[in-house]
Amino acid sequence: MTAMLTRLLGRLPIGWLQLVHKKSRLAAAIAGVAFANILIFMQLGFLGALMESIMLPYRAMDADVLVSASDANTLSDGSNLPRQRMFQALAVSGVEDAIPVYFAKLDWEPAADASVSLHVFGIDPNRAPAFWATEIAEKLNRLRLPDTALLDRKTRNISPAFFDDLASGKARSFEMNNKTIDIVDTVSIGAGFEADGYLFVSDQTFLRLFPSRVSGAPNHVLVNIEPLADRDTVVAALQNALPASDTIVRAFDDAAEADRTYQTTERPVGVVFGFGVIIGVLVGIIIVYQVLSTDVADHLKEYATFKAIGYRQRYFLGIVFEEAAILAVFGFVPGILIALGLYQVVSAVTGLPLVMVAERPPAVLFGTIAMCVFSGAIATRRLAGADPADLF
Amino acid sequence: MDAIVDLGATRAHRVDPELPILVSGLNHWFGTGEARKQALFDIDLTIDRGQLVILMGPSGSGKTTLLTLIGCLRDVQAGSVSLLGQELNDASEAVLVRQRRRLGFIFQLHNLHESLTAMQNVRMGLEVHGKIASSSWRPAAEHILSLLGLEDRLDYLPANLSGGQKQRVAIARALVGNPDIVFADEPTAALDAESGRHVVEMLKLLGRERGTTTLMVTHDNRILDLADRIVQMQDGRIVEDQMT
Repeated sequence: MTAMLTRLLGRLPIGWLQLVHKKSRLAAAIAGVAFANILIFMQLGFLGALMESIMLPYRAMDADVLVSASDANTLSDGSNLPRQRMFQALAVSGVEDAIPVYFAKLDWEPAADASVSLHVFGIDPNRAPAFWATEIAEKLNRLRLPDTALLDRKTRNISPAFFDDLASGKARSFEMNNKTIDIVDTVSIGAGFEADGYLFVSDQTFLRLFPSRVSGAPNHVLVNIEPLADRDTVVAALQNALPASDTIVRAFDDAAEADRTYQTTERPVGVVFGFGVIIGVLVGIIIVYQVLSTDVADHLKEYATFKAIGYRQRYFLGIVFEEAAILAVFGFVPGILIALGLYQVVSAVTGLPLVMVAERPPAVLFGTIAMCVFSGAIATRRLAGADPADLF
Repeated sequence: MDAIVDLGATRAHRVDPELPILVSGLNHWFGTGEARKQALFDIDLTIDRGQLVILMGPSGSGKTTLLTLIGCLRDVQAGSVSLLGQELNDASEAVLVRQRRRLGFIFQLHNLHESLTAMQNVRMGLEVHGKIASSSWRPAAEHILSLLGLEDRLDYLPANLSGGQKQRVAIARALVGNPDIVFADEPTAALDAESGRHVVEMLKLLGRERGTTTLMVTHDNRILDLADRIVQMQDGRIVEDQMT
């Protein structure tokens, strides 16, 4: 390693030699950097899980345009929409088809000791397949029978044994909202911060499950446009055709993005996780700065000697950058491994989609290197201004 | 034999454009405000090439301050210090760095880098002169370390060397770069009589053969006879300056 670094740097790798000379201090420094990394990875993981979980129901759909009540920020809030808007939308040029989507929340006790909060979508099984992702679209025909449902098999707090029984045909009927519902199949969506899971029923079943709802007032209207139509043009035409007082028309991806922005910047849970990332980064910076500045302070006398011999300030910067890079890389490896383990644990316990997205590790690694280098540069300033004789 | 030199006398030999050391009217203070205390008073000192000059005096007399001012380790506040023809008062950092590279320093404490072996510490004295092929530094460092009797301690870390051995490594580091001037602050303090004398004899030999000038602060009476000149300081002033 020393020989390799000597060739690489064209000088003695003083930083490396200093670090390995005091093994216990090196271990402590690496642990500090690793901890900073874990902290940031976890906070980014939580925020990422929130964003990911917001997108899950959107990914279950496959529509071009989302028409919602004007006060709806997410799929699960806002007023009902007059079904009249759907007929108005169908009359707009470029629109191929449109269907109403009914949404409600349902508390369900699948077993005596379990309670889950489901987000329920009511959709017409005959017309809906074109508006939903393949896995769901293929199973919608099973909802043609009354009082049947598709259950999210990733629903939180439900044991795998439940789904085994379900698959083997045992125990398919359950009481939900004082109605008996047959779970005929499962789909895979995933739990979020609000929903423990998702349930799909036909629009007719939906209206029986929720007697206060009427067919003339869905929550959203999904719109597909003709294959050759320009989406932006159709969205603009829909916005013209539908009254902005009670209706908002957005391209489907824009609606999903707006939901994510709303939930991460305006809802408490999003703001909390956003702050978590900021605090994580700040604490990480302070840890890394402490590690580097302590190291520079401990070697100040030796650097002063080198300065007296005739080494320039940039030589010491080189040493500190060398240490910064070594600590950043050596701290990153255990940091990401432990973070990956913790992601698994938290995912398993909460059912939240905590995943290491590809761009996160390089971002954290380069962020750490940048912070180490910046801290080192600040720490060596003390050396720049001082007379060598005062530092011995 | 002993000629007492008149301190204020004008020097007729200011012809060498790279006169190693020419100090005139040097004053220096430490501290600020009420605590400000003058450490050096009107120092004039000229040292010729190849000389071995010993600076003596009680502690607190300003010897080390004078040494560090001439050696580019402290900013000159008032007066003039000319080192190898270069004025140091108001000199830029780049000039100071250039001048430092022409000097060899032997510090009171050895000031070795504890993470580096004897060889690597000596290498630091060479590497400052630019990138060197890894093949060429080794013989030079080995040679100087064996001259100082450390041929079987080349790859030892300072922690595994005795005080005297550490001091000799520091001397090797100072000399390996072939300096024009060697500054030494109590270089023999950690050495026994014989090796202390050996080191000073080496410095004297360097003066004779390469024209290396040496300015040494010492209390060590055992080596005074090797000096070309002894300068005595007291309370921040030069009080005696004699050729031997």
